[in-house]
Amino acid sequence: MNAASPSLTRQHRETVLRVLIPVGVVLALILIWHLTVTLSGVPQYILPSPGAVAGAMVKDWGTLAPALWVTTQITLAALALALIGGVGIGVFLIQSKWIETAFYPIAVILQVTPIVAIAPLILIYAPTTQVALLVCAFLVAFFPILSNMVQGLKSVDHNLLNLFDLYGASRWQTLIYLKLPASLPYFMTGLRIGGGLSLIAAVVAEFAAGSAGAGSGLAFRLLEAQYRLNIPRLFAALILLSILGVVIFGITSFIAWLSLHRWHESSLKREN
Amino acid sequence: MTDLQSPEASPPSTPHKRPLVVMTNVSKSFSSGTLALSDMSLTVAGGEFVSLLGPSGCGKSTALRIISGLGDVTTGSIDWPSSRINAKGLPEGDISFVFQEPTLMPWQTVFGNVYLPLRLRGVSKAQASDEIMAALETVGLKDFAKAYPRELSGGMKMRVSIARALVTKPKLLLMDEPFAALDEITRQKLNDDVLRLWRETGITVVFVTHSVFESAYLSNRIVVMKARPGRVHADFPLETSLERAPLYRTSEEYRAACEKVSASLLEAIGPGAAMEMH
Repeated sequence: MNAASPSLTRQHRETVLRVLIPVGVVLALILIWHLTVTLSGVPQYILPSPGAVAGAMVKDWGTLAPALWVTTQITLAALALALIGGVGIGVFLIQSKWIETAFYPIAVILQVTPIVAIAPLILIYAPTTQVALLVCAFLVAFFPILSNMVQGLKSVDHNLLNLFDLYGASRWQTLIYLKLPASLPYFMTGLRIGGGLSLIAAVVAEFAAGSAGAGSGLAFRLLEAQYRLNIPRLFAALILLSILGVVIFGITSFIAWLSLHRWHESSLKREN
Repeated sequence: MTDLQSPEASPPSTPHKRPLVVMTNVSKSFSSGTLALSDMSLTVAGGEFVSLLGPSGCGKSTALRIISGLGDVTTGSIDWPSSRINAKGLPEGDISFVFQEPTLMPWQTVFGNVYLPLRLRGVSKAQASDEIMAALETVGLKDFAKAYPRELSGGMKMRVSIARALVTKPKLLLMDEPFAALDEITRQKLNDDVLRLWRETGITVVFVTHSVFESAYLSNRIVVMKARPGRVHADFPLETSLERAPLYRTSEEYRAACEKVSASLLEAIGPGAAMEMH
């Protein structure tokens, strides 16, 4: 009789399972980790048990929390700059074929040079270590956003471009009403890649920079814990980095879904 | 909006109708060296329904683009005597184009897509709303204003595209094989819709097609084109005493019209290539 309600509960159950299954797998892995450590008798300074890591997380929270905050700030600031730079320069590059020919190779050179190799130079020129880290993370996150943006801005339907010409649209109108919306799916791909890369770059740059003191991030805490053979703390810092990465991925994916789900194929659920 | 003051308007063939488009000895070659159009002259008068018919590669789409002002000519000239010409030398606001594909913006609703031409002219959404809804009503999609293109069928998308073309109340509607990708029933339905629009609004239509039957059904003038290089082969009126409505499809007059058009097209294709046609 009522066709909607069983399918609704089924959909509901699917949603619950979607959350429960991955959580269950993570819990199972932690349990295996715990059993391995306790049953094999590996010393804590080689492989700490999950309990010891949790203990370190609580005990060292006073050290880890500010470091987490620093890393989060650098990552998000670098991502924000990369978004502004990537979109802005992308729009600039597509203005003419010659501009693109002239400047795109520079972006490629910046991208392909390993960040660890440029980090020492950036450290010399940057006024503070924080700025150096920011520049490094920016350089890494910027390119995928730029290249996706350029690709997206150039992939506009030619007939739509003709239509805009026919109606006498200005360059600005074509950009705002056509090129930018049409490149949104590409931008979102760039955002998701850039979000992940900016965190990786923030960590790698801090390894290279080796900053210390109040302004240091999770990467430095990680190295420090290694030197002191404080392995539970190392694991705790590592887990915080993973959580930060997952949260960034979740947020960027959600933004992509939010902006695309009404019209773009990638966000549609296939029904057949 | 007819500007009667314009001095250089040549006297049109029918005294009360000024030509909308005058193509004079137009040739067009592409950068690849292909001569797409050779010495084509065509005058389209107000109120006509002209079909450009021909085999593929005969330059009919190129001719249509030149008429729209989108494509420039290599030699010869194109003029729009009844239109206001803007700084770029192109007619402003009098011409609408319907492409073979619906060419809708997927991120906009049906309403947003039809709003586009008015939006580009700086008309606010509130001001444009009535005209948009009227255009949607004309094509029978009033209830779908909030839908996204992906939720519509191929025929409905094409209707949105037509509504978008009509929203500016153009004098000249250019259609480039608009229904070629649709199924037969939808195509016939849309043909009737276009004819109804043509009768009710007095709009002038230039319709590119490769279908003898479609052109004979729709148009009161046929321009048959020839390929390599593209040029006009024949240009003749196609009057009928009957109303161009579904019953016309089974009439003797329609059969005769199809035969006439078909014979001219076969001539244009030539004896060698005619074998390719079935």
